[in-house]
Amino acid sequence: MQEAALSVDRLTVRFRTLRGEVKAVTDVSLSLPRGGVLAVVGESGSGKSVTARAIMGLVTSDNATVSAEGLSLAGRNLLTMTPEERQTLRGSAISLVFQDALSALNPVLTVGSQLAEPFRIHQGLSRRDARDRAVDLLRRVRIPSAERRINDYPHQFSGGMRQRLLIAVGIALNPEVLIADEPTTALDVTVQAQILDLLDELRRDLDMAILLITHDLGVVARLAEDVAVMYAGRIVETAPAERLFARPAHPYTSALFASAPRISAAAALKPIGGSPPDLVAPPQGCAFHPRCSRRSALCVAQRPPLMPTGAGLAVACHHPRNTEDGGRIDAG
Amino acid sequence: MPGDPILVAESLEKVFRVGGALFGRRFNAVSDVSLAVAPGETLSIVGESGSGKTTLARMLVGLDRPDAGIIRFHGRPSAGKSDESNKSEKNGATAFGHTRSRTQRRAIQMVFQDPYASLNPRRTILDIVAEPLDVHGLARGLARRQRVEELLGLVGLGAAVTGRFPHEFSGGQRQRIGIARALAAEPSVLVCDEPVSALDMSVQAQVVNLLIDLQRKLGLAIVFIAHDLAVVRAMSHRVMVMYMGKVVETGTVAEVLDRPRHPYTQALRASVLDLDPEIARAPRRLVVSGEPPNPVDPPAGCSFHPRCPMATDICRQAVPALREGTGDFAVACVNASLKSD
Repeated sequence: MQEAALSVDRLTVRFRTLRGEVKAVTDVSLSLPRGGVLAVVGESGSGKSVTARAIMGLVTSDNATVSAEGLSLAGRNLLTMTPEERQTLRGSAISLVFQDALSALNPVLTVGSQLAEPFRIHQGLSRRDARDRAVDLLRRVRIPSAERRINDYPHQFSGGMRQRLLIAVGIALNPEVLIADEPTTALDVTVQAQILDLLDELRRDLDMAILLITHDLGVVARLAEDVAVMYAGRIVETAPAERLFARPAHPYTSALFASAPRISAAAALKPIGGSPPDLVAPPQGCAFHPRCSRRSALCVAQRPPLMPTGAGLAVACHHPRNTEDGGRIDAG
Repeated sequence: MPGDPILVAESLEKVFRVGGALFGRRFNAVSDVSLAVAPGETLSIVGESGSGKTTLARMLVGLDRPDAGIIRFHGRPSAGKSDESNKSEKNGATAFGHTRSRTQRRAIQMVFQDPYASLNPRRTILDIVAEPLDVHGLARGLARRQRVEELLGLVGLGAAVTGRFPHEFSGGQRQRIGIARALAAEPSVLVCDEPVSALDMSVQAQVVNLLIDLQRKLGLAIVFIAHDLAVVRAMSHRVMVMYMGKVVETGTVAEVLDRPRHPYTQALRASVLDLDPEIARAPRRLVVSGEPPNPVDPPAGCSFHPRCPMATDICRQAVPALREGTGDFAVACVNASLKSD
């Protein structure tokens, strides 16, 4: 069996705060195949962004505890590496594209020097060679008149162009895995469509796997092959994208789809009642039970484990929908 | 069907200056925008950043004064640049305050985009929601508290929350508080500036449904500023699409969203990602390249022409007029068909 580009086993992240311990991420396991696109979907506070940062090794604050049983990048075990060793992998083997392009770029350096940086640091290229590579990169992300624009500063670029710059930095060293954290959230819709097209094209050309972190179901539908749905710091459902949209198994996933406005039909929206849970004191049992239409006494008493229900399918629910063996779990 | 319009805007214009007096430049944030909205009707104003939709909303509620054009409320002029009401340019804000009567200001209320920034963190929910009551002298003492509790009930929050502070609430709950505050003035028009775009998707639907419900109960006219066409579809009767300060297309939801005629509307519509992976991944019929140009230096002719796949010479020369079609729509494109199919 082919090795995954990225595999995460039982990742857990805790933050100590004055209000108590925040259970930001609990027992998250993911497997991203080479060249594949896995979307981690969730609302604010679901733990999706913390998951991405922990994988990158960027959760380093004093009040944070990160633990995992396994974390490997194309066969390399990240858990046994020193911080210095992990540092060299960031950018070359795994890179992160942030949501906010303006604050992720240095405003006082030209984009040319920022794009040339990875080549100079990781590959020790000369200034001139690094600059040539930077111009190639700008072309690759389809920024017009690359030769001229290389000397511009980030503020001289529009929002969409800045997002292209960040993607250029991300793909500079042909990483195996690109983590894209809400890559289009700050953009206008016509520009969002262009950026998603670009990401899709690049990952095919470069055979690069993408871990897509998003709250936007439309972005998932456009780009993802597989999906992991997070709620209150845990994965509640995983499935291939087509399957998830057609037959969601977890009541949270299906409620989310029912609450989403659709462009194709003016149906009344069905909101999910209540609010996402407090991660300092999440509800007993299943964290979704206070908002769930299918809850039973069992859901309040016992947290359902994430159980495989078929090839690539898993759901953490005592009363799932649309599963072949749903009846059996229901009875249990 | 909605009756006579309660709020009408005619040929509104707003010019901003950037830079200093000597080298500064002017740009038209809003030019020649007209609209009308009737009780019980929702008009959505759609556009991307820089389209002028927020400036338009601010003029409608009276936070910005139009440089030209007029806003009529119940047929009476509510704001506009007229000689007698506007003797002193420097004193613009005050002069405008006088042109709009207290009744009119009360009747047109706004719900803001950011539920975190729009509630004073140091005031209780009681005082926040009661502010319009205090300003307009609508209720005092026990009546004030009772009215606030009633308003909180109307937006689905219990009366028990009156003594609490904004930070104790989630984004969706805060937006409900903002809506309760707007309703305190007993408005007949609600101008909502992207009221759900900062909310989580599971909570968005709650607020959209609340607005629809309140409109039915109270007969509100709603002007809904949005960029998300799917949300617009869920809540509006009519849609107006703006690009670089101008209206490019307007009409009923069915005309504008199902049969978009302006190439920009078509591009917007095609950019909305469907929630079916098969459709979301299908090649899009119309792809526009680039981004909106710098508003300080707009292109000649139709401002969409540099991005338009159908642009011809005339588009580069003349600004297209907004022309009425044979159905319930109007479109500002020389190449668009005016027939309803």
